[in-house]
Amino acid sequence: MTFRPLAVVSALVLALAATPAAAKTFRYAFQGDLNALDPYTLNESFTLGALGNVMEGLTKRDKDLKIIPALAERWEVIDPLKWRFYLRKGVKFQGGEDFTADDVIFSLDRMRSPGSQIKTRAPADMKAVKVDDYTVDFVLTSPNPILHAEWDTWYMFSKKWAEANGATQAQAAQASSLNPFALKANGTGPFMIVSHEPGVKTVFKVNPNWWGKPEHNLTDVIFQTIKSDATRVAALLSGDIDMMDPVPVQDIERVKSNANVTVLTGAELRTIFLNLDSMRDELLYSNVKGKNPFKDARVRKAVYQAIDMEAIHSKVMRGMSTNSALLISPLLYARAGEFKRWPYDIAAAKKLMGEAGYPNGFEVTLDCPNDRYVNDEGICQAVAQMLSRIDIKVKLNAMPKAKFFQKAGPTDKYDSSFNLLGWTPGSFDSWNVIANIIGCRDADGKGGTFNFGGYCNQKIEELGRNILVETDTTKRDAMIAEAFKINHEEAGVLPLHQQALAWGVSKKVEIVQRADNQILFYWVKMQ
Amino acid sequence: MLAFAIRRLLEAAIVMLTVALLAFVLFRFVGDPVNQMVGQDTSLEDRMRLREELGLNDAVIVQFARFVAGAASFDFGISYQMKQPVTAIIAERAPATIELALVAALFAVSLGIPMGVYTGIHRDSWLSRVFLAVSLIGISLPTFLIGIFLIYVFAVKLGVLPSFGRGEVVRFGFWRTGLLTASGLKALILPAITLGLFQMTLVTRLVRAEMLEVLRTDYIKFARARGLSKRAINFGHALKNTLVPVITVIGLQLGAVIAFAIITETVFQWPGMGLMFIQAVQNADIPVMAAYLMLVAFLFVLINFLVDLLYVRVDPRIRIYGRGA
Repeated sequence: MTFRPLAVVSALVLALAATPAAAKTFRYAFQGDLNALDPYTLNESFTLGALGNVMEGLTKRDKDLKIIPALAERWEVIDPLKWRFYLRKGVKFQGGEDFTADDVIFSLDRMRSPGSQIKTRAPADMKAVKVDDYTVDFVLTSPNPILHAEWDTWYMFSKKWAEANGATQAQAAQASSLNPFALKANGTGPFMIVSHEPGVKTVFKVNPNWWGKPEHNLTDVIFQTIKSDATRVAALLSGDIDMMDPVPVQDIERVKSNANVTVLTGAELRTIFLNLDSMRDELLYSNVKGKNPFKDARVRKAVYQAIDMEAIHSKVMRGMSTNSALLISPLLYARAGEFKRWPYDIAAAKKLMGEAGYPNGFEVTLDCPNDRYVNDEGICQAVAQMLSRIDIKVKLNAMPKAKFFQKAGPTDKYDSSFNLLGWTPGSFDSWNVIANIIGCRDADGKGGTFNFGGYCNQKIEELGRNILVETDTTKRDAMIAEAFKINHEEAGVLPLHQQALAWGVSKKVEIVQRADNQILFYWVKMQ
Repeated sequence: MLAFAIRRLLEAAIVMLTVALLAFVLFRFVGDPVNQMVGQDTSLEDRMRLREELGLNDAVIVQFARFVAGAASFDFGISYQMKQPVTAIIAERAPATIELALVAALFAVSLGIPMGVYTGIHRDSWLSRVFLAVSLIGISLPTFLIGIFLIYVFAVKLGVLPSFGRGEVVRFGFWRTGLLTASGLKALILPAITLGLFQMTLVTRLVRAEMLEVLRTDYIKFARARGLSKRAINFGHALKNTLVPVITVIGLQLGAVIAFAIITETVFQWPGMGLMFIQAVQNADIPVMAAYLMLVAFLFVLINFLVDLLYVRVDPRIRIYGRGA
């Protein structure tokens, strides 16, 4: 018994010695964990990105986020209510199973199982019909121009494997026992999982039988969580890892000054914005009684114009942000360039406050997460300072995200008068923003659940309904522009900026930084 | 003796229940775990259903009763985040923490005692001053600063030790040890120093104070008068008599080291229970937090119980047989 560890060690040594000289191991770290390996149980970009190296969807997104074929070779819209997908032939899962239409239909059922967190990947009333082994029709009840927008992260399961491993249902969050498959994965992708310790370390190796042509030169990949910012930076600088995400804003210059590493920065898709409670008749956390100043568009616009975004960009974000006039990243909306922010103008803001009947301002509490977005609390502090110039006295209430989402969100019935939130539309499409962020909701959150201020304009509602089913891109974009314009004119929800990505990367590594912040090592080349 | 043990066990149960109740009252303020469990596109109905299924809408006292009922059979539920039974996660994470704590304690004792003896005997030598200055640093600098400093020097600048993690591990049943591989041992050095520095300081100062005390006593004077060698006096007689309080303190501190390795584990990304706890707090993972707090409470109750028993053995003057006896 006591000799076994020695045997293991020597086996390891032998294994290491036997690895060919060309072995290239890419080691990367992220601040968060990779937990369950079932990609249907957590709809979060890091997890989906990591598993996107192992599993694949019918579609995938290229380096510029354009939708390209993956397990489906091509597809066509036969009529607005029927999409036909032609599957790639000769694809095998890592467990050896063939990929066929049955797997697609099984994956659709599984995606809709009770524990699934990705049910919105397809309309609930969509049906999948097997035409033959390599052709599937998706039949809709209403037209949907963005049906396949999120199918790049709806990964295909093998029906046979899932049935053999008891994985036919997504792991339910409250299940009393763990499905054994939650720590295993079987995909069609370019890499496969060797070992997985949730929250600690995951080892991948290349899948020699992958159907595609590799665009990487790796043999192995090791992922580790490093939670502490300082340690993550140190691990990169010392060469213990080859890449890490994110580099804390204040460390970017220091990392760049090191000869062996660099910082890869780019625009991220997430937009940060401020919600003002324009729903209640009386503000909850204010000294104004009997009425709600944020119901008045002039007050909201005054708040908008009193915030000096240039100062936030240069001081709080140290240049790592792009100020935004829209609630969606310009990368995701073709006509974004037509929109300009209202100028920062204290005099104009004061005038608006006077016109609205608040020449002496008022008091209000700003709720803010302090561990969710880049420098979230710093942004809120700056906003609070700036609003004092138009005599709005802001009391800042910063809190951890778990607490913030409970208080300002539907759980506590939007118990907030003023708050900061960020949003990336999962479908990379404006409709998602219009429905979730500026769509009307009731007091419980039915409707635009993430409209934390409850801003509501019936015209936007109507446009939203039409955008959802309009298949003509030009007409659709025009309606989207109209909806965004109304929000802009009325200052319903106030956009601030898109934060930036900052990856610390060893100079030995060539990596593609996609704006959705997925770390895809099937594009990594190492010296 | 048996009556004493039973009484202490009852007291322990009350302490544990109180800790659990306090924890559950506090959990109302940690926030909503559901938002961390679901994707942003999950519908409101699904979110509300999940809250209902997790029992988060029940009264605190109902949640507490459910927890106690489960805990009585060592069932602490499933982690919201890791989707694994909490007992399995703790069993997985505990060896890392225990190994780190033991090595840190060993480091503290093996350096602290000699330093304490030396500074006790040679009160005014320059080396004593150096030792005391070092121990001042150990007491006054916060752990995370020491950790970051060590990482900066030994990993980033000198590049001789790893900056994070546990290195390669070898598995014996459920116990995974890092003590048998070179990378595991190397990875252990910095965290063990970081965690043990405070304890080392404590031991040094305690041994020094005790030595100064003992060296003034009559029997040391008589020993000197008898012409015993310095070595025999200092180590054979003096040190031996300082060890009783030192052992007590070390025992109690070992509990503290295991329970509060949180900061060291976070700085070094050491995959132990402290790191698990921090992650649980950030995500409002109530089952993990509850189980960890219970474990820590149990650890302290156990150590106190053992120390009480030890006292009786060491010092027969302490009576524990109850008032009637």
